[in-house]
Amino acid sequence: MLEQLVLAVVNTLFDVAPIVAILLFFQLFVLRRPLPHLKRTLLGFGYVLVGLALFLAGLEKALFPLGRLMAKSLTDPAFIGTAAASWRDYGWVYAFAAAIGFATTVAEPALIAVSIKASEVSGGTITVWGLRTAVAIGVALGIALGSFRIVTGTPLHWYIVAGYVVVVVQTYFAPRTIIPLAYDSGGVTTSTVTVPLVAALGLGLASTVPGRSPLLDGFGLIAFASLFPIMSVMGYAQIGDWRARRAARRRQTRALQDQPF
Amino acid sequence: MRQLLHDLLRSLRDSLRDLAPIVLVVAFFQLAVVRAPLPDLGGMLAGAALVVAGLTLFVRGLEMGLFPIGETMAYGFARKGSVAWLLLFAFALGFGTTIAEPALIAIAEEAATVAAQDGAIAVTEGARANYAYGLRLTVALSVGAAVVLGVVRILKGWPLHGFIMAGYVLVVIMTEIAPPEIIGIAYDSGGVTTSTVTVPLVTALGVGLAQSIRGRNPLLDGFGLIAFASLTPMIFVMGYGMVIG
Repeated sequence: MLEQLVLAVVNTLFDVAPIVAILLFFQLFVLRRPLPHLKRTLLGFGYVLVGLALFLAGLEKALFPLGRLMAKSLTDPAFIGTAAASWRDYGWVYAFAAAIGFATTVAEPALIAVSIKASEVSGGTITVWGLRTAVAIGVALGIALGSFRIVTGTPLHWYIVAGYVVVVVQTYFAPRTIIPLAYDSGGVTTSTVTVPLVAALGLGLASTVPGRSPLLDGFGLIAFASLFPIMSVMGYAQIGDWRARRAARRRQTRALQDQPF
Repeated sequence: MRQLLHDLLRSLRDSLRDLAPIVLVVAFFQLAVVRAPLPDLGGMLAGAALVVAGLTLFVRGLEMGLFPIGETMAYGFARKGSVAWLLLFAFALGFGTTIAEPALIAIAEEAATVAAQDGAIAVTEGARANYAYGLRLTVALSVGAAVVLGVVRILKGWPLHGFIMAGYVLVVIMTEIAPPEIIGIAYDSGGVTTSTVTVPLVTALGVGLAQSIRGRNPLLDGFGLIAFASLTPMIFVMGYGMVIG
């Protein structure tokens, strides 16, 4: 146990080392300034390092094995039934895909970081929880649809191109300030927590469904998980915008009615 | 001291809440759908405790270390006024954080296996290693280029959606001409490039730049760097597949 932890910290240290080297080089030799609040910043980096290592070690110990096992047993022919010929027989797989997509996204540290920043910069109009829920709903829909695609064997690029068209149309109607954040949230969703579980689901599904190749069809779920949050985050802002406008209209009519004639 | 303890307890509670959905989903499907008992309950609880502690520390460190340093450096570069150094920094940050990314290494190796099976490259250890390394280099270059382009966009104040639309059109066109076996990998490589340490840094850099340049809105101009970093790998990897194949 302790050995695993030390190993996790060393691994994270190696991952983070190039980043720290780049930061230090530019700060000390190009900007030529000492690091401000040196102790605090170093402590912060230490927290990030140890925190990430504990986080990954814990996931590897507690959730990944069970998640992988579950993805495997839910896609097992013994569970689905050997006669499963129709896409309807995979109901539990879609449900699991959506649920695990939602749950892993909520716990994704990179998304937490972006949400904190967005809430800070927007002065609270975008809430940390609102953004995270919107992104998680997008990932849930994306992974469920991605599983459906693997089951039916339809080409990946049909879905991606159709998704792009929806994104383009939404971009014209959504409030301007949400657009960069929506595009960013597509990239942050798929990180340390989501990718291992989703990849296991994709590979399990592609090796169970007759006529699918795990190498050709197992890929692609992550693309769904990065496309759909763009739509759901713009949708979140559109709904917020629409409700604010409706409330304003209501106030206006009420104000008119209240006027004595 | 009391304040510190209070803060720590609050972030511990937040982390518990963040983790609750995964535990619920896994428990529900295991007990109600697969109908098997939870294996190794003690180990699971210990692991979950580690995850909660780790997440708590990470968020704390984010606010103390990663965010401030990203912003400080953005202000520093804005004050220095040297665009060339800023762009070099942007490239180094994108390239340097991607080339060593474990998720990318894993995907590149898998992609090399697929390519060897399809006969796109020779079925030897050396050819596979070369292909995988080339793929990693391609993705790292594309992320470096993405951060540079994103920083130029913030400096100039160009709207983001024009770039993204143009990128999508390019992706769609290249999907038609690229060899089919590279497409799934190309699409996925866009998602794996942005790691948990890179995202907060790059976000803080973008927002810091937008805040320190007059006339830029941090919400409109500061975000968008990650969007570039997930779009360009698709284009570069499909290009790589076309050149190799």
